[in-house]
Amino acid sequence: MDFLISGTHINPVYLIGIGFIVGILGGFFGVGGSFLAGPALFALGMPMNFVIGTDLTHIVGKSVVAAKKHRALGNVDIKLGLIMASGTIAGVETGAQGIQYLKHQANVDVIVGIGFIVVLVSISTFISWESWQTLKVQKKSGGMKSVAAVANDTLKKDESVLAHVSRQIHRFHLPPIISLPNSGIERVSLWAILAVAFVGGVFSGFLGGGAGYIRMPSMVYLLGVPTHVAVGTDLFEIIISAGYGTLTHAVKGNVDIMVALVMHTGAAIGAQIGATLTEYFRGTWIRLAFAPLPLIGAGLVIYSLVTGQHF
Amino acid sequence: MKIRSQKIMSLGSYLTELLVYACFVSAYFFLVLHFLGDWVKQVFDENKALYAILALALILVQGYLLEILTSALLRMIRSKGR
Repeated sequence: MDFLISGTHINPVYLIGIGFIVGILGGFFGVGGSFLAGPALFALGMPMNFVIGTDLTHIVGKSVVAAKKHRALGNVDIKLGLIMASGTIAGVETGAQGIQYLKHQANVDVIVGIGFIVVLVSISTFISWESWQTLKVQKKSGGMKSVAAVANDTLKKDESVLAHVSRQIHRFHLPPIISLPNSGIERVSLWAILAVAFVGGVFSGFLGGGAGYIRMPSMVYLLGVPTHVAVGTDLFEIIISAGYGTLTHAVKGNVDIMVALVMHTGAAIGAQIGATLTEYFRGTWIRLAFAPLPLIGAGLVIYSLVTGQHF
Repeated sequence: MKIRSQKIMSLGSYLTELLVYACFVSAYFFLVLHFLGDWVKQVFDENKALYAILALALILVQGYLLEILTSALLRMIRSKGR
């Protein structure tokens, strides 16, 4: 099929297939999936500027489907999502400006890139370790109950051996202080939420895509949001931040909406399946399965450093 | 045994949903997307700001409609399975 806007010829079945796989990942983990869709679109012959804009557009559509499903499951904190969206947009702009600035500095992008790799590998290692420790504790405390009873009791009640970290952040009393009853948070400083969202946005602006591999674990470990709610809220937040990205990229002529619409037909059903699958897993298992994703982000940084291209 | 049969039924529901959904998508693809291309390209060439709003509106509307379709399909197939 000819896609006139980007001037490419791509078999729509490939696009639907890519969308389907990325949709499952997005629905289950609450990430955009740019680390997979971006390289795939590029490999199909789409120019790089269209890859970035079109991928963001398809993420908007997919996140609508997955967030709506998560909302039906009670996994979306709209108040938290709206606050995070503002922090993310500011972070994305800062990250994008940072890229522009670094282009004029010799070797600085290499140093920052290596810094990002260290951060992403650390996050992956940390999540693996934390999830594993929590599973060991759960196994000890749940040893007396039957498997079915444990599954029914604690599927959505999240546990973490690092819950004290988020409790420390909740004690940070810089006004305005807000409460997030849907996330089970009684008191938290608005600045703490904005800071977490801003850092995720900087990664997004610098590396492209939604950077859900930073934001989702940050919501769990730093803000103390239960994993299921973090996944659903992240998807809701992505609708706003990726929607903003869609508008800015489309004005610059970097979006082929027809490619995004075709991809999204596959992503819609994938996102439904991914979101439904979260019903069958505990938060700890979702986090453990999530652990390799930051490594893909690290791989992208290495690719960017070697080739000079950004996804 | 009961859990296993439930899992098989759930997998069967998903496969049936995928099959029915594929038929819907094929029809949508040929009836709507195929004819939309030229008009959207014209808007892209003439007015980028309008194109940006149109692009966001199209993906949001498609997202909303496909969510309704996939949810309805899943509900229908599951209720028939029972």
